[in-house]
Amino acid sequence: MPANPLPDAEQLLASLTDRMRPVVGPDTGLVGIHTGGVWLAERLHKSLGITLPLGTLDVSFYRDDFSRKGLRRNVKSSDIPFDIDGCAVVIVDDVLYTGRTIRAAMNELFDYGRPASIRLAALVDRGGRELPISADFVGAAMTVAAGENIELTRDANNRLALQLEKG
Amino acid sequence: MWLNPANPQLNKNGELHHLLSLEGLPAEVLRQILDTATSFVGITQREVKKVPLLRGKAVFNLFFEPSTRTRTTFEIAAKRLSADVINLAINVSSQSKGETVLDTVANLAAMQADMFIVRHAASGAPYLIARHVGPDIHVINAGDGRHAHPTQGLLDMYTIRHYKGDFTKLRVAIVGDVLHSRVARSQIHALTTLGCPEIRVIGPRTLLPVAVERLGVQVHYDMREGLKDVDVVMMLRLQNERMNGALLPSAQEFYKYYGLTEDKLDLAKPDAIVLHPGPMNRGVEIDSSVADGRQSVILPQVTFGIAIRMAVMSILAGN
Repeated sequence: MPANPLPDAEQLLASLTDRMRPVVGPDTGLVGIHTGGVWLAERLHKSLGITLPLGTLDVSFYRDDFSRKGLRRNVKSSDIPFDIDGCAVVIVDDVLYTGRTIRAAMNELFDYGRPASIRLAALVDRGGRELPISADFVGAAMTVAAGENIELTRDANNRLALQLEKG
Repeated sequence: MWLNPANPQLNKNGELHHLLSLEGLPAEVLRQILDTATSFVGITQREVKKVPLLRGKAVFNLFFEPSTRTRTTFEIAAKRLSADVINLAINVSSQSKGETVLDTVANLAAMQADMFIVRHAASGAPYLIARHVGPDIHVINAGDGRHAHPTQGLLDMYTIRHYKGDFTKLRVAIVGDVLHSRVARSQIHALTTLGCPEIRVIGPRTLLPVAVERLGVQVHYDMREGLKDVDVVMMLRLQNERMNGALLPSAQEFYKYYGLTEDKLDLAKPDAIVLHPGPMNRGVEIDSSVADGRQSVILPQVTFGIAIRMAVMSILAGN
């Protein structure tokens, strides 16, 4: 098996945590996007000492490719267990690419209420944006060929890793 | 033909294109609908009870037979998916002027319909419509004759799974007028597909279909015997308006032998749940103390019905 050419996800998470620490408080509304973003948000929620319960989003009902691709199987439930109104929200996702997922996530959040602000944290920014969206906190930026995908995986010991998938 | 000839609800990729009956649908498709519905349940607790999935789509409620609850829950479900809903009570419009069903449907299709929700007194009417619409139109059976009521069957499965979990450990009783019930047929097919090992049907001989045991169910004429140790009691409505006498001496006698009362329910497991598709005939098939009692999940059924119909519509629209 060839060596994994991607950086270590645990190290990226550590630097992402350091970047977020000065700006995040116990009342920050942390919201992970299923599935990789939720794994990251669970870890950040703990290490940053956030007391507001963790929110999760599955943006399947808000995607802009529904009419072309239909509804994904295994849709998870969205759950925002705190009051969005007036809350400083940070959306967490594993890989930031076209920005379409984040657009969908912001639309869904507004159906729960009016947040004071929304910021974005991503473990990896792979470029290739198709919308005017950028991350506020990034673990690492890297370039990946258009046909390839970066996937976050989690093993039985909750250890995170990045995998390159050829399209 | 772009539909699967063996099962005309599925497209060539085995995906659901119409929902006409639960008979012959793979367990995987049923589970996909139930799982998707779970995700829709939470939406109704938000400030904005809507998602944009069917924005710009036109959903036609085509009710050739009167219905309040089913039509309303389909309407709410479509609206929560941001579709535009048009309600047509056809028994009082064109049909009375002599237009055929297919002409009615062709005219509505020309008005750019995307989905038809069909309720009809004749078994098979939704199939006829599904065969004659264009490939971009989806048809959902909202109850046809004595044949099928698939979304009711699905919401019952959702309710059972919500309270009881795994189907493979359950003993389920279906009680009452099975003969006239499209709901019972849909329930039996869904329970069988999902692996329920013991399905009992309970009713008087005159209200059970001939050879109903061929569907893989146990038959009980004695309700007390049939309810023994069941986990789930699914009551059926006594279809008064379909009975032209003869099958039953009286509603009172039916209540005595087949009405669900507290003392009969005590024979089921202590944590058994009671379902009813509505509308209920209190004091005929079910006693008020049971209908309103702690084991009744009749109102949650209605709530889950909206999520199930949202799931079915969004899965069909995406396939």
